[in-house]
Amino acid sequence: MSAVAEVIPLAREEDIVTARQRAREISRELGFGAVDQSRIATAVSELARNVLRYAGGAPGDVRIRALDGPSPERVGVEVVVHDEGPGIPDVHAALRDGYTSSGGLGLGLPGARRLMDELTIDTAMGRGTTVTMRKWRR
Amino acid sequence: MSRIPVIRVEDVLIATVIEDVTDSDAVALQSELGHQLEARGAKGVLIDLSVVGIVDSFLGRVLAVVATMSRLLGAPTVIAGIQPAVAVTLVELGVRLTGVRTALTSDAGMRMLREGRVGRHVGRR
Repeated sequence: MSAVAEVIPLAREEDIVTARQRAREISRELGFGAVDQSRIATAVSELARNVLRYAGGAPGDVRIRALDGPSPERVGVEVVVHDEGPGIPDVHAALRDGYTSSGGLGLGLPGARRLMDELTIDTAMGRGTTVTMRKWRR
Repeated sequence: MSRIPVIRVEDVLIATVIEDVTDSDAVALQSELGHQLEARGAKGVLIDLSVVGIVDSFLGRVLAVVATMSRLLGAPTVIAGIQPAVAVTLVELGVRLTGVRTALTSDAGMRMLREGRVGRHVGRR
């Protein structure tokens, strides 16, 4: 599998389904087990929904690519979820369980962080949000 | 129009969630079950998740709401066929299916509802 990222645009609700299904398929191709496939796909689903819910219709996408680790058996997957929305005003609050500004469960970001090995957020008011998540094959 | 039909068998409302379920499909299912319970009641609600490989917090919340709503309307909900990987993910994600009864298969779930083995546990919380 090449390290070229597959890009899934996020514009409509159906795109959440496409993004999570592709995430699962790519994880499977990379040799992740069933539980990790579910974890990765679910994390993608949470963040893709966040883009549609919070980015106010601004363009967004999900990029998924394979990662080469330090050794051949150390394979990973990287998911970058980006939007051109207003940005997250309080990242620390957004990472807390139960924090929501939309009446949801508030599990999106904190849940995705638990499901993946690494999660970093790059956001600034007016400059959009980029969440980068990685998971390594055990 | 929901892509998840609700059928009635032996007075149990049955729905099989589709693999590519969208948020709208889930909300439409919730509202369809609500309408049917309000109009005619039911002995129970059986939701089959066996073909669903990914359950995120949105779908998880809808399932919890359906279970609570149906209990208030006198019909316990059983969720059948949750895949093991989905179960692990839901726990780690932090989705609590409080008050939801589960069964390994729809067949087992149907038996639970038919024999009234669900209602006994449900008001206990």
